[in-house]
Amino acid sequence: MRFIARRLGFYIVAAWAAITMNFFIPRLMPGNPVELLIARLQGRITPQGVHAIAVAYGLETKASLLSQYGAYWVHLFQGNFGLSITYYPTPVTSVIATALPWTLVLVGLSTIIAFVIGTLLGVLAAWRRGSWLETAVPATTFFQAVPYFWIGLLAITVFGVALGWFPSSGGYAQGMTISLSGAFIGSAVYHAVLPAFTIVVTSMAGWLIGMRNMMVTTLGEDYVLTAQAKGLAERRVMLTYAARNAILPNIASFALALSFVVSGSILVEVVFSYPGIGYVLFQAVENEDYPLMEGIFLIITLAVLLANLLADMLYIVLDPRTRQEG
Amino acid sequence: MAADLPGLGSSAAQVIPPARRRFRRPSAKIIAGLGILAFFVLMAIIGPMAAPYDPSAIGPDMLAPPSAAHLLGTTQTGQDVLSQLLDGAGPTLIVGFAAGAIATALSVVVGVSAGYFGGVAEEGLSLLANIFLVIPALPLLVVLTGFLHSTSNLAIAIVIAVTGWAWGARVLRAQTLAVRRQDYVASARAAGERAWRIILLEILPNEVAIAATSFLFTVVVAILTDAYLIYLGLGPINTWSWGSMLYWVQNNEAFTSGAWWWYVPPGLCIALLGTGLALVNFGIDEFINPRLRAGGLSRRSVRRASKSHGLTLVLRPDGVRDDGTLTPVRARPAGTRR
Repeated sequence: MRFIARRLGFYIVAAWAAITMNFFIPRLMPGNPVELLIARLQGRITPQGVHAIAVAYGLETKASLLSQYGAYWVHLFQGNFGLSITYYPTPVTSVIATALPWTLVLVGLSTIIAFVIGTLLGVLAAWRRGSWLETAVPATTFFQAVPYFWIGLLAITVFGVALGWFPSSGGYAQGMTISLSGAFIGSAVYHAVLPAFTIVVTSMAGWLIGMRNMMVTTLGEDYVLTAQAKGLAERRVMLTYAARNAILPNIASFALALSFVVSGSILVEVVFSYPGIGYVLFQAVENEDYPLMEGIFLIITLAVLLANLLADMLYIVLDPRTRQEG
Repeated sequence: MAADLPGLGSSAAQVIPPARRRFRRPSAKIIAGLGILAFFVLMAIIGPMAAPYDPSAIGPDMLAPPSAAHLLGTTQTGQDVLSQLLDGAGPTLIVGFAAGAIATALSVVVGVSAGYFGGVAEEGLSLLANIFLVIPALPLLVVLTGFLHSTSNLAIAIVIAVTGWAWGARVLRAQTLAVRRQDYVASARAAGERAWRIILLEILPNEVAIAATSFLFTVVVAILTDAYLIYLGLGPINTWSWGSMLYWVQNNEAFTSGAWWWYVPPGLCIALLGTGLALVNFGIDEFINPRLRAGGLSRRSVRRASKSHGLTLVLRPDGVRDDGTLTPVRARPAGTRR
């Protein structure tokens, strides 16, 4: 179908742009950060390691930028992101591979929960005009403007320290080995409650406001009036007639929202010392671990592009107009 | 920069037909939002002078809860939290508004030229904007600031602006496309006006409200992003800002010792400032699209509107709800009578 092909083409271009930026940023930054890094690394890691980084950033060979770019792509397709400095000599790919599942489950599930709850509340707020729910809408802006990690700090203070209901750091109980046993999964879920709560509370408001505003516009349409005149059930008019049309822009703006959610979630992981990508990124920053930072940037970007592609597919299911074209 | 804000109302009024202007009082949201904004701007200006202590001075009272001597308590090293908060307002606001201004300038240039000139330029610029929209901002910012060794407030503001202009550009492009089709733009073009004159005098005045909402939105995002970056240790952690206060909280793990007075104030200030900006934005949105106003119209205002404007208001059969409010389906002038 043409719509899908066009979107797919766009995401490929976006991925190319991200990968290319990832290549050029360290090489074109003022003050030659890589040379500074190598100077600092002397003595911290083995001379071979220093040499490997110098080669990876093209300092040894003095190769042209273009041939470096070619080599960079080859390495990328081989899954070679270099060695992490923080976890030297572990390759960046294995550091990311151990951290990624944690983030995918935590951020993925909390985003879906926040989207569903926020959208439903938005539908209700628009449907019951003048109810307490609608008057509360401006208050939700507070949650849009609040730093994610700060809500995390409050959650730790209240539910972790004061009430002691949930653990306030880590992804599973200390001393446990990672396995698929019931006890381990139970512990992981228990540890994920507060971080997930934080992400849901802070990201819900955006969906709610977007949905409410579109819903208000849709409720003024003639087909909603017609549906009501026909005597259809309230719930049917609300969900099948109004909400189904109002949700389209909310899904279309998924890209923008997801970028915020992902950025915020990275910080939530830092607060909770959650063993995901965000916490690893924090450690990479602390240790000026450039290969790890770049690897995480690429992985997160590719994951977000994939999530957007899925949102586009959902859009096709919900909006028949996109199917007609092809 | 903050001085632009009170002008929003009057400039936005240009897109409202004069006959409807009689309805317009500044909404409660705009007043509340501007009030919050004014409070923080004032705090940023007089904060450093009003601070009771040197924010960096180490004192004997460590991690002391709020008291008469230290209204907001002290940090791990006995520094006064209130002084840090007052001192930190300035840098936080400056980064936010500077990033917002640079990003909005970029999005006006990109959005308006993409919408006006069309063709290959439009395709290319839209593609660029869409790419920046889907690439998650924070990881990109981490890579950018990680390699950038001078992490001054200005550098942070520029980096945030470079990654944050795309949303505004997309909205402005859509608006430019709509305005460009208007008759008066066509007649200006037929009269041989130069492109830059049409853009500056015919098109831009109709986009002030949208540019303003995009500016305020970007400022909120910029303030949050600034806090995120400093919290990660990528910004200036040795000058006081609300972000650097939270960085030192994290660094000393104050949240596990329950020192709420240390980290609640800076986060609350960021959230309140963001709420203020968002409320102004809400107000402008409702100004452009009156349907968005909460509660619809009350029974009294429906009657008043009908009388004063000769409107025929149709009330939906289910319009009367349990709480007694009415939901008008649409308010349309009866005939063309005003």
